[in-house]
Amino acid sequence: MKKLVGLLGAVWGGISTHKLRSLLTMLGIVIGVTAVIILLAVGKGTTESVVSRISSLGANTLFISPGFTQTSGVRTAFGSANTLTLEDANAIAANVANVQAVAPSSTTTVQAIAGNQNMRATVTGVTPDYATVYGVKMAEGDFITADDYNSNARIAVIGATVATTLFPDSDPLGQQIRAGNYILNVTGVMQSSGQSIAGSTDNSIITPFTTLQLLGGQSLTKNGDHVVRTIGIMETDVKYATQVTNDITALLLDRHAITDPTKADFQITSVEALLASVNSITGQLTLLLGAIAAISLLVGGIGVMNIMLVSVLERTREIGIRKALGAKESDIWSQFLVEAIFLTFSGGIIGVIFGVGGALIINRTGLFTTVITSSSIILAVSVSVGIGLFFGFYPAWNASRLEPIKALRTE
Amino acid sequence: MIAPNNMITLENITKSYKMGKRDLVVLKGINLQVKKGELVAIMGASGSGKTTMLNIVGCLDRPSTGKYYFEDKEVSRLKSSELAAIRGKSIGFIFQTFNLLSRITALANVELGMTYAGGVNRKAAIEALGKVGLDKRLHHRPLELSGGEQQRVAIARAIVKDPALFLCDEPTGQLDSSSGEEVMSILLSLHAERGTTLIIVTHDATVAHRCQRIIHIKDGQIIAEENL
Repeated sequence: MKKLVGLLGAVWGGISTHKLRSLLTMLGIVIGVTAVIILLAVGKGTTESVVSRISSLGANTLFISPGFTQTSGVRTAFGSANTLTLEDANAIAANVANVQAVAPSSTTTVQAIAGNQNMRATVTGVTPDYATVYGVKMAEGDFITADDYNSNARIAVIGATVATTLFPDSDPLGQQIRAGNYILNVTGVMQSSGQSIAGSTDNSIITPFTTLQLLGGQSLTKNGDHVVRTIGIMETDVKYATQVTNDITALLLDRHAITDPTKADFQITSVEALLASVNSITGQLTLLLGAIAAISLLVGGIGVMNIMLVSVLERTREIGIRKALGAKESDIWSQFLVEAIFLTFSGGIIGVIFGVGGALIINRTGLFTTVITSSSIILAVSVSVGIGLFFGFYPAWNASRLEPIKALRTE
Repeated sequence: MIAPNNMITLENITKSYKMGKRDLVVLKGINLQVKKGELVAIMGASGSGKTTMLNIVGCLDRPSTGKYYFEDKEVSRLKSSELAAIRGKSIGFIFQTFNLLSRITALANVELGMTYAGGVNRKAAIEALGKVGLDKRLHHRPLELSGGEQQRVAIARAIVKDPALFLCDEPTGQLDSSSGEEVMSILLSLHAERGTTLIIVTHDATVAHRCQRIIHIKDGQIIAEENL
């Protein structure tokens, strides 16, 4: 205990004699740690905001989109082919295990008119399962029911933007929208969905698929099947994602009479796989940001080593005196090492304060979402202590090896 | 054989340094015994090897050949940490240039003497400064003290751990005659009151003649001894 007090006294003496120099040395570490914490917080925050957009759909969903068409060797974009049909969706619902809901949908764009208001809106034809797969939440009224679907009911469930645009002053429920040549009755208003990878429903007018057929937003295949734009699938549990994907692939290849799976005319995207790849990309991005910040920590560490070497030279005589008074090599060694660690540790703590403050301010400005994790703080502080250990080791070892008589003779 | 009440026994000690390709021989076979409680002066011209001998006796340096017994223990081949322990516990150094840390106070300098010898005891440090007449100068830094006062701080730093052996290298060399006299009388009273073994390296014949024995060194060898 007395020995520890002596050691800390010696360390404090060394640091407090050169306050400005000690502060400047710390500054390198402070900047490094601040940068590490802020950049990791930005990386983490960006990841979380992307992931939350994706996972608002639920990890147990997947989407089937049509492939490309190929005419005389010219490929068009994915999703442009008319290869997915309502009949495919029904087959999936009937044949694939562990599927909770199947939601084929198709869209067309119309000029929607209500009273003296009008707007360009997307009309989406859906089945009742749509609400389950896409996580639709109602603000008022009801979503499309099986009865509505079976009876080609002329009804519309409208998005938040559509509601405020077409009905700025009144309750949209029970009112009428003219879409092309048809009149739709508003039976429900959805809550604002915000942006997700499935797009936003805010600008949508949702109607039974059967009604969309009447509106003319529907085409048929050569066989008379009903073309759909997308089929959304919800598995009963995310653990069946692979099985469901494989079964659907097999089923659709069979239905479309395709033998070579690489020539499939559809594409299956599972939210789980999407999440995994987003996590992997943003994880690498965060790593890159952290690595850039770590370089500044490294430079700070070299600064610490530089100052410690100068400090040992300057205090050669002090080391000689201490040795004459009975200091062992280990006493001298630990004094300089603890001094280096003290500098980097305090630098680390100050850096954490600045880093957390900076990350909170950045979050407040709305420029980036930042998420501070305790692991990034622990990492930054322990790395800064490690830098003190690593870069303080050589100067401290140098100091301890000085011969006492030579050290005493130094002016 | 080591006489039982010997503090220091040097047997045929030599010390040489590499100077480029040549060996510079500083000590050429020193044989010396100092009894416990003795007060010995070592005299010699500059470069005669007296400081080198004092460094070996003080465990700051090792002999090239020969044996050195401190009390009854051979220390010439000990590890540096063991030598450091002996310096810390048993030896008090008084240097010509005082060797105080200039950035800390007199009291802190005295406490520094205890740091490596069992731990700091502030009360004992204040007492030690009192004994050398500096109880009003506890919180002065070395540069705010006269040469004589600085040397007295150094003495306090040594006596605070009550060492068996005091080694003084020209203790009055940088002092005017009156402060030199003060320092000498403190050292002599230390010897008289505590029976501490004292070895003083000096140029000054009047300092040497206040000791019990004078050893003359020339060119790395003892050439004469006088018992007073």
